[in-house]
Amino acid sequence: MEVIRHDIVIIGAGLAGLRAAIAAAEKSKEVSIALISKTYPIRCHSVCAEGGTAAVLREDEGDSFDLHAWDTIKGADFLADQDAVEFFVREIPKEILRLDNWGCPWSRREDGKIAQRAFGGQSFNRTVFAADRTGFHEVHTLYERSLMYPNIVRYDEYFVTNLFIEDNAVKGVSAIHLKTGDLVFFNAKAVILATGGAGRLYGFTTYSHQVTGDGLAIAYRAGVPLKDMEFVQFHPTGLIPSGILMTEACRGEGGYLRNRNGERFMEKYAPERMELAPRDVVARAMWTEIIEGRGFEGPYGPYIALDLTHLGEEKIEERLPLIRDAARKFAGIDPVEEPIPVKPVAHYTMGGVHTNMWTETPVKGLYAAGEVAAVSIHGANRLGSNSTAECLVFGRVAGEKAVEFVQGKSFSEITKEEMLAEEKRLFDEFLGRSGDENPYEIKKELNETMDKNFWIFRTGEEMKEGIKKIQELKRRYENIEIVDKKRGFNTDLMQAMEIGFMLDLAEAVAVGAYARMESRGAHYRLDYPKRDDENWLKHTLAYYTPEGPKLEYIPVTITKWQPVERKY
Amino acid sequence: MEREVLFRIRRFDGEKEYWQDFRFTARKGMTVLEGLYFIKENLDGSLAFRASCRMGICGSCAVKINGKPRLACETQIFDVGDVLEIEPLDNMPVLKDLIVDMDGFFRKHEAVKPYLIRKDDDYENPKELLQTPKELHAYYDFSLCIKCGACYSACPASATRSDYLGPAAITAAYRFCADSRDEGREDRLALVSGSEGVWRCHFNAECSEVCPKSIEPAKAIQKMRLMSAIHMIKSIFR
Repeated sequence: MEVIRHDIVIIGAGLAGLRAAIAAAEKSKEVSIALISKTYPIRCHSVCAEGGTAAVLREDEGDSFDLHAWDTIKGADFLADQDAVEFFVREIPKEILRLDNWGCPWSRREDGKIAQRAFGGQSFNRTVFAADRTGFHEVHTLYERSLMYPNIVRYDEYFVTNLFIEDNAVKGVSAIHLKTGDLVFFNAKAVILATGGAGRLYGFTTYSHQVTGDGLAIAYRAGVPLKDMEFVQFHPTGLIPSGILMTEACRGEGGYLRNRNGERFMEKYAPERMELAPRDVVARAMWTEIIEGRGFEGPYGPYIALDLTHLGEEKIEERLPLIRDAARKFAGIDPVEEPIPVKPVAHYTMGGVHTNMWTETPVKGLYAAGEVAAVSIHGANRLGSNSTAECLVFGRVAGEKAVEFVQGKSFSEITKEEMLAEEKRLFDEFLGRSGDENPYEIKKELNETMDKNFWIFRTGEEMKEGIKKIQELKRRYENIEIVDKKRGFNTDLMQAMEIGFMLDLAEAVAVGAYARMESRGAHYRLDYPKRDDENWLKHTLAYYTPEGPKLEYIPVTITKWQPVERKY
Repeated sequence: MEREVLFRIRRFDGEKEYWQDFRFTARKGMTVLEGLYFIKENLDGSLAFRASCRMGICGSCAVKINGKPRLACETQIFDVGDVLEIEPLDNMPVLKDLIVDMDGFFRKHEAVKPYLIRKDDDYENPKELLQTPKELHAYYDFSLCIKCGACYSACPASATRSDYLGPAAITAAYRFCADSRDEGREDRLALVSGSEGVWRCHFNAECSEVCPKSIEPAKAIQKMRLMSAIHMIKSIFR
């Protein structure tokens, strides 16, 4: 069996993974860095980020670090760790300038300076953007920059299957080289997880097909706790029927939300911020309008109108060209002419691998950055344009921390026994078995369960039923059969494994949500509609056990902002 | 609206190549990519194809549909018709079914130094560079390349010369040469002016025809030729 050695192995080559690789390479020419991705790097989900990246660039024009921190903490419904948030807001401006120096085509003001736009829950126009393709341009800029460093070695289309940990220290990972189907082992002194969220747990989702939570699941199964998984963000405006994101910048640039009576209903729910209230607030308002019968009726069920028609063709072409293109191609609607049919859609995993603000997990040498991690700066609800920012800042931190960590360390070997066991598990016990369940049917039922029982409004009764269903699916999963028995490019095997990962993660979301008897941020319970700081101002940690997640709780770090009632 | 469609897919299992037919009922609005997923999840799990974003921005799912390279995710089944012939891209080795080996394609992109080159690059102390909207527009459209390989698949010069850089790589070179913040033009011109560069292009503009992002690689190649010619004349008089 092939063993490949690198000082640092980075899993995932989206924004956070690429940024980590560059940071590590900048810090040391001597360390060898492996960048592993199950696709090619620029096929990552980060390219789908549209609206922008929040950063305080213009203190002279009235913005401030305290203001960005406060917006983030209030947006988070006070579940964010405030020391991490303060660090984050101070670091991000430098990242914007670095990307500028590396070629990112930021949108510009007439004076040639980097332009900024309004975004939900941000009380200053601080969202830096590159038209409505911000994530795309950021990823390509980082990818292209990464080509300059000879000590970054890429492993494109390698599917990571397991994490090896001994004496609470990481020592490597195993991966299937998709092209050949061979199982290879990466021996490493440090591993950085940067694999993104778990959005494909849901059926109606903005996420790419590839975002199946692999990094989360691998870490969770290896004993690393997941934090705050019950907090799943629903973006207000998913295009019907595909769920493709219609960026918040649509509203940042002046778009309206209307019900079937033509009313801008947000005036009832968030009179001060209207359409630019945080996402949890807007998504609940839209769902309420739909439940109460004020949505439009369409062939795919009720929807809300995202109205950009008053913005004019010129502005839409300049600021929202991708939105126009996507609406035309995927819904047959030109937003210059008519409103876009949308409804709330699963969009972001606030929870993730438990780390501190230095991206360190409880396992020595194991780091996590980007959406896979819960640092936590987003708490119970992330503000728009803070996630690409998070990937840049904490990707950098992870890369630098990993370099510091590996200095003077020796490799700890993955043993022959471990390798043989992994090979047996994957190929003999998994690929080789026969059964009568179709894995894709299980995924479909999982998606339906999450869309129904763990959606925007939750009740104990429904969640209990959902947990039972997930457990049933886990049992049925034991009896799946993989049709494709060949080794080379076996996407059937890969997807079946992803579905296994998703089942474990769904259970962590479900059990965490059922246990949290309050409403906070994106987790809203009709049976406990109030936020309860007395009992629930704390992070959930979920530990894997074969019987299901075991929950523990840890305090939230409060520095200078005491929780207050959240009004917009 | 629903109707039966036929997906005729060129398959390759690592040893043999064959065509396979799949019939199923498609509904209005269904994309070719959704059709491929329907087949994989319900009819034949062994069908291999690439996909990620399903919104035309990641570049994973380019395949040939009725002879023309396109993104499966943004092609409506009913816009193509009731019979869809689906094949892997040309000019790259097929690994399995619709999956081609793109390593060589990416190596060519890397070869043209597709990043900003500046003498004052300072990682620790980055500075805001000024660029007017006009300067941005000079290169912006060419920065939209998703590296899907559609242009490369359609390129007759790439079909006959495996060392030709191809439209995507040359477009990337032009994108940076045209960026007002860049100082690396000389480096890149040396790379694309060689025998495997811009002068290989047959200029039949198939690349611009098939580009899903309407980038016009042929235009970039033409502009790069001009830049390269001026560079050569200048270097004679230097």
